[in-house]
Amino acid sequence: MEKVIEVKGLKKSFGRLQVLKGIDCSCETGGVISVLGPNASGKTTLIKSILGMVIPDEGTILFHGRPIVDTFDYKRKIGYMPQIGHYPDNMKIGQLFKMIMDIRQQDALDTDLLKAYQLEGMYNKTMRTLSGGTLQKVSAALAFMFNPDVLILDEPSAGLDPFAAEALKEKILDEKTKGKLVVITSHIISEADEISDHIMYLFEGQIRFYKTLSELKTETGEQKLSKALTKILS
Amino acid sequence: MLKIAKYIILDILRSKVLLAYTLLLLAISLTIFMSDADVTKGLVSITTVILIIVPLVSIVYATTYYFNASEFTELLVSQPISRRDILLGKFIGISSSILVAFIIGVCIPVCLFAFSATGITLMVSGCLLTLSFISLAFLTSTLTRDKAKGIGLALMLWFYFSIIFDGLVLLFLYSFADYPLEKVMIVLTALNPIDLARILILLQLDISALMGYTGALYQQFFGSGSGIVFSIAMQLLWIIIPLLFALRIFKKKDL
Repeated sequence: MEKVIEVKGLKKSFGRLQVLKGIDCSCETGGVISVLGPNASGKTTLIKSILGMVIPDEGTILFHGRPIVDTFDYKRKIGYMPQIGHYPDNMKIGQLFKMIMDIRQQDALDTDLLKAYQLEGMYNKTMRTLSGGTLQKVSAALAFMFNPDVLILDEPSAGLDPFAAEALKEKILDEKTKGKLVVITSHIISEADEISDHIMYLFEGQIRFYKTLSELKTETGEQKLSKALTKILS
Repeated sequence: MLKIAKYIILDILRSKVLLAYTLLLLAISLTIFMSDADVTKGLVSITTVILIIVPLVSIVYATTYYFNASEFTELLVSQPISRRDILLGKFIGISSSILVAFIIGVCIPVCLFAFSATGITLMVSGCLLTLSFISLAFLTSTLTRDKAKGIGLALMLWFYFSIIFDGLVLLFLYSFADYPLEKVMIVLTALNPIDLARILILLQLDISALMGYTGALYQQFFGSGSGIVFSIAMQLLWIIIPLLFALRIFKKKDL
């Protein structure tokens, strides 16, 4: 299978704190990869490095075989949902979507989530007045909007109500069957258990293991991911 | 790049701060021109006021806006746009809004009341001064992560160029009074965009005779065609160089 994202020897420090201590991994098309790990294990930094928001100290990241340093066009193929969405305060939801379409020079290709979250009815609400959950919905809708090949979701279900989280999960599984790559960071193990094909476990800036879900379960002889994790980590 | 600038201008237009700045400049220039029949005196007064207010507002407003729009930057970085376009788009958006305020507040009254060589010099150097301080604001904003630190640094820069720099020059002149310093003075002037603007405007007036020997030398140098070209080129450098540094830092910055 084609390697979409390849990370080689990625290192990053913020000041004296070394966040990533040499990450090597590759992600292939068609599948959901859950990146798990305790707080401050470097999950978000890894994701942001792939998106070019954090500039690595060492190592290379390849997207479809091409290094991403000083390029930006590859982001056309990535839908990104940040952990906490920050949007211009004075803008309305409708204006935000229009602006992104204008800047990308693309029309909205996928409005499933817009409809599922009934965001179209809220187009006149200002970003400043939105609740955390609604902001997450906007972020999610924006990530899927341009029908990207790769989806990178940073703790997508944090702050979403159960129905919205369910809708998002269905959408993710839907995209998976279309052969897309979905990378998710999460703290909710049961959720990862339901949707993932691969589990990557980060610990203190290093990959502890990176296996398929079934491998993990047969190795430990457990049916549930949470139990398998406790077994393998203890 | 221009699209980003467009959205920034639309956003700035929605806030009232820039409108207040425009009205302040307009009020200053109109009252000065209306209260004094002597247009030249009016120009000198406006110059004095502008050389303090314009750099201060430009640098502080641009820094504040830069940090307030950090969410916007973050959003744009995850989109397929180069970082260069993001920063330059921001620069074009912010600087054109502040320039429009300056043009309405100062250039239009000057054109109406005192359209002369001095007036034109005042308008051109005011615009260049605005741009160079916005450029400096971008440098301070990319240097720091924290909004308070960024604005603090911006204020320090303004303080340095408006007050401390002149003090240092005086100290320098006093300590090396025994040496011929006239040429050195011209170089020193080029190191401060406010001084460049001030000298350029004052030399268009006939009061440079009051400035003594150095004034005569200034008149000889900055009053000549090549001197004017030199000072405008230096002011342009004060716009381009900080912006280039800001761009270099921004390209390597973690968001």
